[in-house]
Amino acid sequence: MTAAASTKTGARPARAGRRPPVAWVGTVPFLAYTGVFLLLPTGIVIWNAFKGNTGGWTFANITGLNTGLVRSAFVGSLELCVISSVVGAILGAILAYAVASGDPDGLIRRLYIAASGVLAQFGGVTLAFAFLAAIGPTSGILFHASWFYDFPWGIAVIYCYFQIPLMTLVFLPAIDGLRIQWREAAENLGGSTWQYWRHVGAPLLAPAFLGATLLLFANALSAFATIEAWEDQISYVVPQSISTSLISEVGLANVHEGDALAAGMIVMVVIVMSGYFLLQRRAARWQR
Amino acid sequence: MAALNQPLADLAADLTGPAAARRPSGLRASQRRRLNAFRYVAFIVFGLFFLLPLFAMVRFSFEGAKPGTWSVAAWTQIVSYPGPPPLLSSIEITLELAAISSAVMLLLVVPTMIWIRLRVQWFSKVMEFICLLPLTIPAIVLVVGLAPIYNKIERYNVSALMLFWAYVILALPYAYRALAAGLAAVDAKTLSEAARGLGARWPTVMFRVIVPNMWQAILNSLLLTVALVLGEFTVAYLLSYVNLQTNLFEISRSSENAGVLFSASAATLLFAFALLLILSYVGRRLRRGRP
Repeated sequence: MTAAASTKTGARPARAGRRPPVAWVGTVPFLAYTGVFLLLPTGIVIWNAFKGNTGGWTFANITGLNTGLVRSAFVGSLELCVISSVVGAILGAILAYAVASGDPDGLIRRLYIAASGVLAQFGGVTLAFAFLAAIGPTSGILFHASWFYDFPWGIAVIYCYFQIPLMTLVFLPAIDGLRIQWREAAENLGGSTWQYWRHVGAPLLAPAFLGATLLLFANALSAFATIEAWEDQISYVVPQSISTSLISEVGLANVHEGDALAAGMIVMVVIVMSGYFLLQRRAARWQR
Repeated sequence: MAALNQPLADLAADLTGPAAARRPSGLRASQRRRLNAFRYVAFIVFGLFFLLPLFAMVRFSFEGAKPGTWSVAAWTQIVSYPGPPPLLSSIEITLELAAISSAVMLLLVVPTMIWIRLRVQWFSKVMEFICLLPLTIPAIVLVVGLAPIYNKIERYNVSALMLFWAYVILALPYAYRALAAGLAAVDAKTLSEAARGLGARWPTVMFRVIVPNMWQAILNSLLLTVALVLGEFTVAYLLSYVNLQTNLFEISRSSENAGVLFSASAATLLFAFALLLILSYVGRRLRRGRP
């Protein structure tokens, strides 16, 4: 700020007397746009979650969620997120280790990192179609998986397709942070590979691993397109319940049910992501 | 290094270049051998897991009327599938959305970001927070709050192109990270002081001095936005607009194994891969062009 201001007065004396416009005005378009299309919608969700059908404030929307259908959706979300994030985290960590232990400039590493970047974003309708073509129960080209439409394992396999690459991307820096010297030190002291991992590697990687698992959990929690394209007749998870209540809003006794569900999801995501950021900060200590 | 004598390590050196064998790993030869065996098993297993569904989708898109035969019918259907609405029109809409969203995103984020970097540094944390917020707020939640806003928009314009308002928000975190990395690599302060010292006005500083130094980042964010819009389903579906993905979804509801689903999906993917290839190619040339 001061440097820019002094340059200004020094180089352009003609304008020196004029008061420069307040600099933050330049951020107004951005703030206005994100205000209307990001902050306002989020506010509307939370606002409406506590609003009665006929105006006034109420907790009825929240307590109204205590029905069998909604409970099963939350339990379903929890099951699917836990399974897909734990399995995805373990497999992704193994892949990250395989990638990290090779040549840092090698072709395989570059290939897997580039592919992970693409595949971690590759969700949605297309992913469900790809698995339907590969292992669909009647049409699969590889084999006919009778469990394809089973919840949660059938969909968890599909979710792993984007969870594993995401884990690899997030966890790779942590593994790269393990120094060769630590391993050598362990060996010089007579430690075996197992002892190295048990007493050095695992404790060092634990915060990063847990943090990444939470990130995967949040990722699975918010995924909607893939599971909707997989099976749209039954609402297995919360996003599907939100979709149902939003699309069939007219017939519902409670017009704000969608908002209450969405607010519930915000709470869940905020808790999970806070955990992620805390653990990430703990893990960053070793990654300098 | 002793590991070089091992056949597996030779293979490794062939595959990953000689640097792999030279790299000090702190491992004995036998450990190195075991590690390499593990690595190649992992690469093959994961590679198959990632590639087979894609291959299956492409193979399925070439399936003829009888199982096991080949045909390009599904691919010609991409342009002729009647709908309603016709598949081609939804492809058009999606491509237009991609163009509008990336243009709006760049116009919104790039000047703001440079301005903040040069003039209002204290604001950069706020901008980062806002830009990364859509990663935390799932699209399915955002769309619940967007519904009343889109009710108002629909009074003026019912076109599916209006989806761009929301798509810019969805693309914000990815575009922001790409652009922030690009801007961080530019010594914006010195450049702007030099330009200002020579009498340049702020728009000149921005668009003729700083922007040309971050083309790679701009291209990156552009392609990330395009890729996101091509695959977007949630917002369009819940606001009842027709784009490529929602159209494919509707087709899949009426006929589960329609070949056009797989050909159109494969085409979208190939398009996205092509964009990424262009990106890395152009990126490498840009980097080489600079000292």
